[in-house]
Amino acid sequence: MTVARFWRRLKNMYNLIGTHCEKCGGFYYPPRNLCPKCRRSSRSVPFKFKGTGEVVTYTIVHSSTKDFEKQTPYILAIIKLDEGPSLTSQVICDHSDIHIGMKVRSAFRKLGEESEKGMLYYGTKFVPMESRNK
Amino acid sequence: MRDVAIIGVGCTEFGELWDRSFRDIFVEAGVAAIEDSNLQGGKIDALYVGNMSGGRFIEQEHIGSLIADYSGLAGFHVPSTRVEAACASGGLALRQGIIAVASGYHDIVIAGGAEKMTDVDVETTTDALAAAADREWEGVMGATFPGLYAMIARLHMHKYGTTSEQLASVAVKNHHHGTMNPKAQFQNEISIDAVLNSVMVADPLHVFDCSPISDGAAAVVLAPAEIAKKFTDTPIYIKASAQASGTLSLHDRPDITTIDATVAAANRAYKMAKVTPKDIDFAEVHDCFTIAEICAIEDMGFVKKGEGGKATMDGMTAIGGKIPINTSGGLKACGHPVGATGVKQAVEMVLQLRGEAGKRQIDGAEIGLTHNVGGSGGTAVIHIFGR
Repeated sequence: MTVARFWRRLKNMYNLIGTHCEKCGGFYYPPRNLCPKCRRSSRSVPFKFKGTGEVVTYTIVHSSTKDFEKQTPYILAIIKLDEGPSLTSQVICDHSDIHIGMKVRSAFRKLGEESEKGMLYYGTKFVPMESRNK
Repeated sequence: MRDVAIIGVGCTEFGELWDRSFRDIFVEAGVAAIEDSNLQGGKIDALYVGNMSGGRFIEQEHIGSLIADYSGLAGFHVPSTRVEAACASGGLALRQGIIAVASGYHDIVIAGGAEKMTDVDVETTTDALAAAADREWEGVMGATFPGLYAMIARLHMHKYGTTSEQLASVAVKNHHHGTMNPKAQFQNEISIDAVLNSVMVADPLHVFDCSPISDGAAAVVLAPAEIAKKFTDTPIYIKASAQASGTLSLHDRPDITTIDATVAAANRAYKMAKVTPKDIDFAEVHDCFTIAEICAIEDMGFVKKGEGGKATMDGMTAIGGKIPINTSGGLKACGHPVGATGVKQAVEMVLQLRGEAGKRQIDGAEIGLTHNVGGSGGTAVIHIFGR
């Protein structure tokens, strides 16, 4: 992904900033300019999520794209944030601990790197709620 | 709106076709379809071709022109349009062709699909396919296609008690069907143990739970129903063509284990054809992964939600069962050249309904259905066919 494409989403990815529709009260992450319920009459404003939620489902990825080869096997999960919306991210924990319904919280982590000398990408992954590892 | 019929079909063998290029395979399928229809090439009014990612797989865009040119139709200036909806590109190309004929805009239309996936390394293929998901909010977090479907499978197991053996039984059944299809990529039987002992790709999906990387092309010739008998004694009629969108990202679905675009497309198709799921005699469904076939037969109402795994294990969906699913071998055994798949499904319908399916011929089939999905369910397209 090009620098600009990644850079323009950094504040959202680093801080879990999505959107809130002031008309219907809906919460969206990833951010949406148009609330799917209210569409043209939506009143979307940025909203920072607490970063706590629960694992809806998960997998352990053994075979990945090139960008994630060094990280395999890793836990990929859909996490439902406490405010409502769901997102796709990784959970950092012992592979035998991951389960549906696990309470998790967000953590700032390296996502990947362009190449050995290229730029590092950071973003939000998740760790078990009870974990002291920040 | 006019009724539409298929008057000719053609399909290459599916597999790793190292000795043939993209243009070789679509010409082979197109020529076969035209010969099957007894049509003169100069009568073709338009081409629609499904292709997911010529740009990534063969570094070639402008596929419509390429196909018209190498089909010998550029000299007639026949309009040619590429249609893209990830793995549903073929089904959508068929639908665009049907709409063009039904509307009266064109009479004779070729709808085809082609993909050449083995000219790049596996990582590039995996990444190109990952572009069918949301690149910015799924792919960038490490989501792969097997990974997304594995998350569907994990939750299906949790909610409904579906087992790894039941998932494997889909692959075993489709490989069995593939043994009877001379064009299938895999024509060998496999066992449940072989699936369970194969390499893990994304837990709980093993490599034998996944459709392969394939090359292949398929084409059908469409004509208005009222003139179809001029070309063939056995036209196969389109009873319904329905398409529905769903969220691009899996995480935005109301229920991760239900592809709601499939539900919506099926309801539209049943209404259009004036049938219910009980009236469908056989179907080709989008089994890109074993869990996908289980969700498909549930979401289209062939079995109750949650019972797809058990029904497959019990033989309900095998040839000889109550509703044979994927008699071609499906994406799993016949192969999955992504842009071609939706059209190949229609070719299988025509062969079965004409009684030309050889060893895998099912008895007394009157009404068949095809189900083609893009991505994790962002697009679903369903067609119903009859004699």
